Amino acid sequence: MAVLAHAEAGEIAARLRAISLPGHQDLREPENGLVMLRGRVGGDGAPFNLGEATVSRAAVRLASGEIGFGYTLGRDGQKARLIALCDALVQSPEFGAAVERDVIAPLREQLMIRRKQSAEETAATKVDFYTMVRGEG
Amino acid sequence: MYVAVKGGERAIENAHRLLANARRGDQGVAEVSLDQISEQLGLAVDRVMSEGSLYDRELAALAIKQARGDLIEAIFLVRAFRATLPRFGASEPVDTGAMRVRRRVSATFKDIPGGQILGPTFDYTHRLLDPSLAEGFVPEAPATSEASSAATPRVTDILGRDGLIETSPQAEEGASVGDLTREPLNFPADRDLRLQNLARGDEGFLLAMGYSTQRGYGRNHPFVGEIRFGDVEVEFAAEEVGFAVPLGSIELTECQMVNQFKGSATEAPCFTRGYGLAFGQSERKTMSMALVDRALRARELGEEALAPAQDEEFVLSHSDNVQATGFVEHLKLPHYVDFQSELGLLRKLRKEFAEASAEANAPDAMKEAAE
Repeated sequence: MAVLAHAEAGEIAARLRAISLPGHQDLREPENGLVMLRGRVGGDGAPFNLGEATVSRAAVRLASGEIGFGYTLGRDGQKARLIALCDALVQSPEFGAAVERDVIAPLREQLMIRRKQSAEETAATKVDFYTMVRGEG
Repeated sequence: MYVAVKGGERAIENAHRLLANARRGDQGVAEVSLDQISEQLGLAVDRVMSEGSLYDRELAALAIKQARGDLIEAIFLVRAFRATLPRFGASEPVDTGAMRVRRRVSATFKDIPGGQILGPTFDYTHRLLDPSLAEGFVPEAPATSEASSAATPRVTDILGRDGLIETSPQAEEGASVGDLTREPLNFPADRDLRLQNLARGDEGFLLAMGYSTQRGYGRNHPFVGEIRFGDVEVEFAAEEVGFAVPLGSIELTECQMVNQFKGSATEAPCFTRGYGLAFGQSERKTMSMALVDRALRARELGEEALAPAQDEEFVLSHSDNVQATGFVEHLKLPHYVDFQSELGLLRKLRKEFAEASAEANAPDAMKEAAE
């Protein structure tokens, strides 16, 4: 589900169009709020409160009873609802495989391509040290 | 003393209309978009998120636009906004060791596992104004090279393996995490509260405080063990879900400062540490924060605390630019009654002074007159 949190609402919606969706309803309307983000002293010590982030959340129930929860950074309620819908669909024996194949897998692939590009750009700025040779050789 | 005074409504309304026009500037010039601010003034957005203590690029960009680029005003707007939203809870502590690093340098070791990675940095630029940026600049595509899958462990973890540096303090069983947005700050404050305060503290103030320690006011001999910037995953343990759900990733900068060692008859000497963490790419901020965090540990480490940067009450009470600007800028609001009473008192004192002087001079005057 981490893949969905990294995608845009429009991308998720576009992928979901490949699936003929079952009946579903909002169990919880999308709601915006805050989550306090925590760090650790020294990176690995006791937790402390760093600052908050906006978060949107929603819950969706399929006609067949599966309940999905959607959480995402930001204030895009539509995205939270789509994540909740995917979360519910993934649990459904009927739709689980299709959501993985048609929604999550392609978005994961996109995410990996973006990350690879970024990692390669970063790698090009890695310092290669060399030692100056002194003397007449 | 403040007194409600009527009047000025129209002047205020018109002043705000004038402000809206001044904000927009020459309407023959294209309006700046939030995307433009977020993409092209990204470090201003990072600062507003850090000191506004709210991670939301779009809101920070809006605040910068609304504040006409006045970052402290923008931070104020963001802080006010956050008060309008409910809090769902607190995230799992982020793991900066697992950061997808986009920059990572150490000033203590040349050959660190994972290497020195410069990333997008102003370091080594010549600081000469570049006229080619004035218009229509298209940068060359970034260079790429094969990315290594090697881990980038924290430098402090490497030093820690040999016991050369103190370990990070761990949470006591069942201890709650202090939150100064919920409870007013009391002194002495624990390290969690100090770090929260510094993380949202004014960069300029922390820079000056950190600088003062380098100049000898609470010297603690710092080395940059490591600075890293990149993406970190955030997880939130949502009650109704029953496990930690991924929220996405945020950009963070972390600074590990390695400081002068301590030791005692019973403990082998080892380096001490100062820590800085902030939203976005905020190197100056996290370095200053780490210097000040270390300075504020003076008492804990048995050092003489004589310098301002070591004075917890002084630092933590003056680091917040929203509080500071509120108190400084309130001076321009009407203080008519206050001032009237001061004026009345001053007139009375002057009258008494004049009468006393007259009386003191009177005998002489009478003497002169008699002669």
